Amino acid sequence: MKSRDLTDLALRNLREALLRNALTTLGVAVGVASLVAMLSLGVGLQQLASKRLSQSGLFDTIFVTPKNNFRGMGRPQREAETGKPPRSLDEDARKEIEKLPNVIEVYPQVRFFTEVRFNGKPFATVVAGMPDSSKDSGSFDGMQGNFFSSPTANEAILQIEFAKDLSDKPASLVGQELVLRYAERQAMPVSTADPGSNPGDTTGGGFSVVPKELRLKIVGIVETEPAAGYGGYGNARLLMPLATASTLRAAQVNDLRDIVRGTTSEKVTYPALSVRAKSPSQVEALEASIKNMGFAAFSLLDASKSLRTFFSVFDLLLGIFGSLALAVATLGIVNTLVMAILERRREIGVLKALGAADSDVQQLFIVEAGVMGFLGGIFGVLFGWLLGRALTFGTNVYLKRQNLNPIQLSSVPWWLVIAALAFAVLVSLAAGLYPASRAAKLNPVDALRYE
Amino acid sequence: MPTTEPAIQLDHVSRNYTMGDATIRAVNEVSLSVPANEFLALLGSSGSGKSTLLNLIAGLDRPTSGAIHTNGQNIAALSSLDLARYRRNTIGMIFQSFNLLPRMTLEENIELPLRLAEVDRSERPARVREALERVRLAHRLGHRPTELSGGEQQRVAIARALVNRPKILLADEPTGNLDSATGEAILSLLRDLRTQLGMTIVMVTHERPLAERYADRLAIMGDGKLLSATESPRGTAQ
Repeated sequence: MKSRDLTDLALRNLREALLRNALTTLGVAVGVASLVAMLSLGVGLQQLASKRLSQSGLFDTIFVTPKNNFRGMGRPQREAETGKPPRSLDEDARKEIEKLPNVIEVYPQVRFFTEVRFNGKPFATVVAGMPDSSKDSGSFDGMQGNFFSSPTANEAILQIEFAKDLSDKPASLVGQELVLRYAERQAMPVSTADPGSNPGDTTGGGFSVVPKELRLKIVGIVETEPAAGYGGYGNARLLMPLATASTLRAAQVNDLRDIVRGTTSEKVTYPALSVRAKSPSQVEALEASIKNMGFAAFSLLDASKSLRTFFSVFDLLLGIFGSLALAVATLGIVNTLVMAILERRREIGVLKALGAADSDVQQLFIVEAGVMGFLGGIFGVLFGWLLGRALTFGTNVYLKRQNLNPIQLSSVPWWLVIAALAFAVLVSLAAGLYPASRAAKLNPVDALRYE
Repeated sequence: MPTTEPAIQLDHVSRNYTMGDATIRAVNEVSLSVPANEFLALLGSSGSGKSTLLNLIAGLDRPTSGAIHTNGQNIAALSSLDLARYRRNTIGMIFQSFNLLPRMTLEENIELPLRLAEVDRSERPARVREALERVRLAHRLGHRPTELSGGEQQRVAIARALVNRPKILLADEPTGNLDSATGEAILSLLRDLRTQLGMTIVMVTHERPLAERYADRLAIMGDGKLLSATESPRGTAQ
């Protein structure tokens, strides 16, 4: 029989026992829906996690520190790497790194301890300088207030937790001023050094530390942590423009080390540089060339790899649970078609008497199963998508009550739609195999005698 | 009677069934030759094996031993696919209970063999109409079988059997569900069609008077054996 006639007859047969076939199809739809809902949840959570991580700027960023730098906070010393001798991380090094291929920008880490005065009360925290490019990283999406008006403005953005320390109503802080107290480093000429004369002085090109104050206008409050901690500093909770922070020449942690090493203070050295690559895929090669230049470098690429492994396993488990419902639906197809054979025994006999080959009868039943699977697949994808939407909606209602930002919990990408449809059809065809071969083997003489 | 090669040639055809330990010889060593264009009636009481013999000729069943030659081939030796093709193209079959598919219209019922034979779609409506015209039911094209009388349903079944232009028409008790007047009309129609289309007809029946009036020859079966095959006396209807 030609495929068009075959499909014609199959659709016709499906219409004849409409209720039963519709229920069977619905069973497939529910199975596919559970599969799609589960996987869309997995995909959605994965996207959510990767988005959060890429917003933190950690994935396309390489952190460069001088070799043999202390690791801080009790972490073990890194194995001394062989290769070029250690270099200091100064402006020359910064420019050299900037010239490497696939580098978008290189900016220094400026972080220092500070005491903030607000309403006459002191608050201790860490300040971080944010490059202007961080505006577009997504970290500041959904913030209250605005990003810095210019790269050199005397403005501050507060992390929400710190803002809560300052005021019971964090939102009211935007527009107010605070006073930043910090220690400014002032270089001392080598010639005037007088051993043991002044406790504040150091020998051999040291510097003095002078307390300073700066008034900053609070322009925004952010809920994420755009300057998540690394290098042993802890989280910075007061953010200011990087250029502004650099001009302060505030004393940093590496200053003491430089003195001990006897590095001249005329050249500014950085405790660490952040190097942003064009895309996470280039991080690995870039990291290697920076290490080659004689610096220590690390990125969080390995973390993203294990994250991907985790989600593959997670998706697999969700897929298996989702498939269980589809397996049950498959039994429904087998049942419906076996019933149909009993009911249509005579019809099968007539078809054979009129010249239908065994393969014609077999194909007819398989096409019927396939059509049920295809329709079930379409409705299932639709249901699954709606289910994902409903889950996202419900979650967001809850999150809103908790004063948290809404999230996109589930995601149905095209590959999932196609795969779910194909899976539904394949599984249904497999379910149709047994009934179809039974129908095909029916003895026409017996079938025609059957009343 | 034509004297050319017979349309159907049965050589020592047997069909045995096993039921537990017992072997039932439904058809036992039957040899029979049916010339082309003949209208043969197979008579016998129930269980005599006449329907089994008809199913063997129809290619719906296979003989345990012996050969059935039609169309120059031994259908006992055909593959199941070739046997299906043989049923489709060489044989037309009608039944006591008509066996029309109740959910399809007359047109769709008659189109069924054309679908199976993969006849071109554009050709089908004309073929269906032609078949229905032969049984004088062209005006009922869109009706369903249940809207028709028994005689009309059997005529539709005949149209369906003829639509692929078979050489042999097999009829299994075609008048069994009909009153005698309608039954006579059906047999009369069959005889006319046989003449018009040059077909060979084998009809199983247990109504001897009807068979005597319309068939050319009567073959009588009992206990699976062919008891006799004689020229019909040809009654008033001839």
